[in-house]
Amino acid sequence: MSIQLQNVSFAYPDGTQAISNVSLEIQDGERLAIIGKNGAGKTTVVKLMNNLYQPLSGTLLVDDIDTKTKTTAQISHLVGYVFQNPDDQIFNKDVISELEYMPKYLKLDAKETKARIDEAVEFTGIKRYLKRNPYDIPYPIRKFVTIASVLVTKPKYLILDEPTAGQDRQGIQTLEHLMDTLQERGIGVITITHDMEFVANNFERVVVMAHANVIADASGREVFARDDIIAEAGIRKPQLGELASALKLKGDLLYLDELVEAIK
Amino acid sequence: MSYISLKNVSYQYPYSKQFALQDINLELKKGKFYGVIGQNGGGKTTLCNTIRGLIPHFYKGELSGEVLIDGTDVRNWNTGELSAKIGYVFQNPFTQISGIKETVFEEIAMGLENLGIEKNKIIESVISVSELLSISDLLEKNPNQLSGGQRQRVAFAAIIAMDAEMLVIDEPTSQLDPQGTEDVFAIIDKLKTSGKTIILVEHKVSLIARYCDQVIVMSDGKIALNGLAKAVLSDPRLEEFGATPPEVVHFGYAMQKAKKPLTEIPITVEEAVSLVEKRGKQS
Repeated sequence: MSIQLQNVSFAYPDGTQAISNVSLEIQDGERLAIIGKNGAGKTTVVKLMNNLYQPLSGTLLVDDIDTKTKTTAQISHLVGYVFQNPDDQIFNKDVISELEYMPKYLKLDAKETKARIDEAVEFTGIKRYLKRNPYDIPYPIRKFVTIASVLVTKPKYLILDEPTAGQDRQGIQTLEHLMDTLQERGIGVITITHDMEFVANNFERVVVMAHANVIADASGREVFARDDIIAEAGIRKPQLGELASALKLKGDLLYLDELVEAIK
Repeated sequence: MSYISLKNVSYQYPYSKQFALQDINLELKKGKFYGVIGQNGGGKTTLCNTIRGLIPHFYKGELSGEVLIDGTDVRNWNTGELSAKIGYVFQNPFTQISGIKETVFEEIAMGLENLGIEKNKIIESVISVSELLSISDLLEKNPNQLSGGQRQRVAFAAIIAMDAEMLVIDEPTSQLDPQGTEDVFAIIDKLKTSGKTIILVEHKVSLIARYCDQVIVMSDGKIALNGLAKAVLSDPRLEEFGATPPEVVHFGYAMQKAKKPLTEIPITVEEAVSLVEKRGKQS
């Protein structure tokens, strides 16, 4: 099973071409990072996967279902989307109500609801905030509330849009642990991020977007070794990659051990 | 004399039993660039709210100790005058954009209008600050239709336009791509060079390392570390306080462990390069 984009294009009503002829396939259980400049089309691509938008041309299949034949609600339980801005997603008066909303909508029984919420709360580390008003808790933790509220729907694919923004060391570790666990369960995780260290440390597959297109789809090591891709996409290397380049070390070194090893 | 001085400052938010700040002693000098890092919930934003006078003027709660801003106790400052003196860029750009203005131009101009500045001067400031932040092409757009990154630039522009003596900036780049982030740091650096005092909350330590004079680490409402950027960012206890050092710091320690020590622990790529080259020449 997979998400497949076949020559997908999309433009906003004001005429801005957000995505132009993009083809991409993501298997379930796969972990993928989408990187690129602001305005490159990253968020548009994932909103198409989640069926918030539908292709103007081309086809998007989620587990062989053409998204054009379904509503957003019919696809979004398969492809969960955690918005970039948590405030676009939160609407309940306290965190626990926020988490209970979707199980109610899906008409889950009390036992299943509790099990799913307990697990989502544990994964995201938000236990102490359950009774709080979502707007009274810090922005990065609010992001974990929205992640939990999507997790309770048990999606087959999970999209995280800028989850590292504002996260401290512990928040990053929580995210890493969460992605590991989801992957073990066969859930595909698609993450948009500007944090290149996070990408190098956590993703086998990296998709680079620029000017409404996918300009590279390869391993982190391959992508960060390509100076032309880095320049075209307007991104940068992880800091250790920058150091290896500046020292003119041979190969495409990216990690601490290999860098220390390469220096005599 | 210090520009901002906090003596034995503690603070609790209304209805909270916990101390958001506990026994803070801090002296900030005019014209310096301070980075504030550390765990979320550790007191970074509360410290900013105190320095900016939002505590105690907007947030009630219990404030004890002495907060002096340019020699005058924060409690005795008029809030309007204080907001003209210290600009504050909020953490979440979605919050800062007023939502009541129809164009980016008006959004940026709003603060200046409230200060009663003459119309031609306002137009001039809006145009120059928009060029500085590369948002000239957004001036006619509706602020509510902007992307996260664009909103962050607009929010920042609106504050820079006010030309305050000091800027408190809470994570201005969380929604920006690497190039946009570099641009914002370069602008902040320019503001510093023009004599502004800057306090910046930021998780991107590699940039803190390159630009800040001094770094303050907040943890559990207390100042865990405070000193020159080099000393603080290479402090081996940094991770204990919820902050991540730049990767080149790990590199410096790993070189030590591999018995290929550099003469000091680097905090920037440039520094690491020169230390490795220096080592190569010695051996």
